[in-house]
Amino acid sequence: MSLVMPDLDQAVLDRRAQIVSALRGIVPGEGVIDSAAEMKPYESDGLTAYRAMPMVVVLPETVEQVSQILRYCYGEKIKVVPRGAGTSLSGGALPLQDGVLLGMAKFSRVIDIDYENRVVVVQPGVTNLGITKVVEAMGFYYAPDPSSQIACTIGGNVAENSGGVHCLKYGMTTNNVLGVEMVLMTGEVVRIGGKHLDADGYDLLSVIIGSEGLLGVVTEVTVRILKKPETARAVLVGFPTSEAAGDCVAKIIGAGIIPGGMEMMDKPAIHASEDFVHAGYPLDVEALLIVELDGPKAEVDDLLDRVAKIAKDCGSSVLRASNSEEEREKFWAGRKAAFPAVGRISPDYYCMDGTIPRAKLPFVLARMRELSERYKLRVANVFHAGDGNLHPLILYDANKSDELERAEKFGADILKLCVEVGGVLTGEHGVGVEKRDLMPTMFTEADLAQQQRLKCAFDSEGLLNPGKVFPKLHRCAELGRMHIHAGKVPFPDLPRF
Amino acid sequence: MTDTLKPRDAKEVVEAVAWALAEGKSLEVVGQGTKRAVGRAAQTAMTLDCSGIDGIVLYEPEELILSAKAGTPLAEIERQLAQHKQELAFEPVDLGPLLGGKAGGGTIGGMLSVNLSGPRRIKAGAARDHALGVKAVSGRGEAFKAGGRVVKNVTGYDLPKLIAGSWGTLAVMTELTLKVLPVAEDVETVLALGLSDARATEAMSAAMGSACDVSGAAHLPQKIAERTSTKAGAGANTAVTAFRLEGIPPSIAYRREKLEVMLRSFGSLARLGAEDSKSFWRAIRDALPYADGTQNAVWRISTTPSLGAKTGSAISAATGAQVFYDWAGGLLWVEMPNETPHENAVRAALNGQGHALLVRAGASIRASAAVFGPLESNLNKLMRGVKESFDPSGVLNPGRMYPGL
Repeated sequence: MSLVMPDLDQAVLDRRAQIVSALRGIVPGEGVIDSAAEMKPYESDGLTAYRAMPMVVVLPETVEQVSQILRYCYGEKIKVVPRGAGTSLSGGALPLQDGVLLGMAKFSRVIDIDYENRVVVVQPGVTNLGITKVVEAMGFYYAPDPSSQIACTIGGNVAENSGGVHCLKYGMTTNNVLGVEMVLMTGEVVRIGGKHLDADGYDLLSVIIGSEGLLGVVTEVTVRILKKPETARAVLVGFPTSEAAGDCVAKIIGAGIIPGGMEMMDKPAIHASEDFVHAGYPLDVEALLIVELDGPKAEVDDLLDRVAKIAKDCGSSVLRASNSEEEREKFWAGRKAAFPAVGRISPDYYCMDGTIPRAKLPFVLARMRELSERYKLRVANVFHAGDGNLHPLILYDANKSDELERAEKFGADILKLCVEVGGVLTGEHGVGVEKRDLMPTMFTEADLAQQQRLKCAFDSEGLLNPGKVFPKLHRCAELGRMHIHAGKVPFPDLPRF
Repeated sequence: MTDTLKPRDAKEVVEAVAWALAEGKSLEVVGQGTKRAVGRAAQTAMTLDCSGIDGIVLYEPEELILSAKAGTPLAEIERQLAQHKQELAFEPVDLGPLLGGKAGGGTIGGMLSVNLSGPRRIKAGAARDHALGVKAVSGRGEAFKAGGRVVKNVTGYDLPKLIAGSWGTLAVMTELTLKVLPVAEDVETVLALGLSDARATEAMSAAMGSACDVSGAAHLPQKIAERTSTKAGAGANTAVTAFRLEGIPPSIAYRREKLEVMLRSFGSLARLGAEDSKSFWRAIRDALPYADGTQNAVWRISTTPSLGAKTGSAISAATGAQVFYDWAGGLLWVEMPNETPHENAVRAALNGQGHALLVRAGASIRASAAVFGPLESNLNKLMRGVKESFDPSGVLNPGRMYPGL
């Protein structure tokens, strides 16, 4: 692994025994883990190519404990890496060898279910699906649905601003969270937002969501819940070319239809999925679209007819609409199993997450085929077609010399390509350590410096999750310095009134 | 007399801020200045008029995105969107008439800076939820960008949303990219008549908790309903609780029936068709019942929907104010009987459960009142840190929101 992480703080490592004992003073019993064997499960997250053993793992149970841990670490200048369920695909929870790994799994209580105001207040260790589970008997659900929703926690979703297949219509985490309680690196506890929609001061919630654990440790989350749509139907559409499929997506949206979900798969992904789950996907097409419409039956049926007509006009070769809930789920089964399906045809795969303007899809897919030949690695594509979020899966074998390295280079080239066509490095998986060093392809030094200055407002010593998101670490004092050129003749050409 | 600078591009904004920094001066950042009468009255050396940085940069209806220079008139953008049957789904509030000016003014940059969203906020989110990317100049005189031009992006901190609602105190926006959405094919409104504020809150909660997909839920007590020039008020002569349904006609018909079945236990019902609905919801959006040519103090209060009616009646009891409700009871528009804002009564009734903004008040009142409310101390410290990270010398709109920010 070629990743450069922050320099090890030997003085901290030398005091390890003392630090462990101080943490035991805060979190009694089994909440502090310091043996290598027991810390092993924490050495990586969902991005398993990167591993590091933390200095110590601590699993607090109360906000007061989190506050004391952070205050202690702040005073002792010890780095802290927060962790939810560890499902990050970008290495956001990758431990630091000289850092405390702060696991939030024990914060698993649902605090308040408020149907009157359609909000639920939970602790951060509640899983994404867990929120829906507690309200579904009353017909409600929590909209963002990342594919790891059975395991990933709402705290992690806040850190990553998680999306899912339904976010074109229902938004990402940032559009569905109304408030948080958060502990700053100094140990101070702040409450931001609540059950109301507009809050005092700057909209800090907007930067906390998606901050990848760099600004604070969230200890409570208020989310809004929605009434489940009465019906949902999906239509499966096959196309002879990816251009035709892309055209169809554009025309559906151009017609004013925002589907609940709109997914695309390319030929390798279709074949891998079909072989695995036998969802009945057509095998003689280059691209497959799954379009899901939800709402009242009358609306769904009407829009489905419109979508079908648009698809035919765009040259679809196969078109099947679901006529039962069972059939709809079968259509989705293949898409939902796409990652493990690819896992069956290759010893390892590397999942990318760029977003592109949708119109560039045929160009990006063609370039990807060229790159695939150059790197001699296969690639399968699944695509949140509605919002342009592309998940290329690069197939490789970690046991073959240099294949991982080639896969990473291939992946980096794909992400650079996404930026080149006007897109971004990551749509929903986060920067973490994975895309950290690619940040300069999208942002200038001034762009990144402004982002890092914002971090300084929350974490002046740079102790919270350092080494993630930003390619270069700068001290806050250095970032804060200003160069003022006094005496310069101001704007000679600027109109004045 | 305040001197005005009118930059034509981002580079000239950089020059202006660099000058202010070098001279130790501050700048009042404005677009067309339509919302100048909101916020604390700030003392600035010079006005930075951004209305000359204008023009739509890119509009791709099929990608659901639009990029425009910050000074582009909002009306021009809405005109372009309408040609493609699209819109800004959050219904930006037009404060013009309320503040005694004209309707239809303002720039896209000003719109995002204040993040004031209309009735559809409960379904579609706020302006900030549609902000995808910005190019801006910080109070350090540095041009930077954040976000992007795609609807799904988690690359770096979401600064476009932070800058939304910062009232020009963090950075001078020069270009922004917004998510745009299709206009619903049709719209209708179901009215429940004669409900008390408390009953109306229950009715709105029931509607929001149903699968009727309501895109607006507002309650006008009788006195306010009488002030609206639409049929809803003038014809009914009673309190009006309104529920908006948008979508394709067969869907509206189905949901209307469902909603009416649910609402019958609350009171007698009436309906508004498409045109009446549009003017009714515009009146709610812009608080037109209070656009009465006075300078009577007006508050806009966001709270938990179930607390709205209680908060409203406490304010009325203490001050004699008029109140009407949007956002299913979670947004209160309050008009005082005269120019006195009765800040303490408002804060006491709200009791920390939300946000109160003094939208209309005379300059002398705004100079001393906490227009945006007091900030809890830990939060205040954090907000100050955020301000300093963008504008350490306090060059941009200093004190517009809070003293020291």
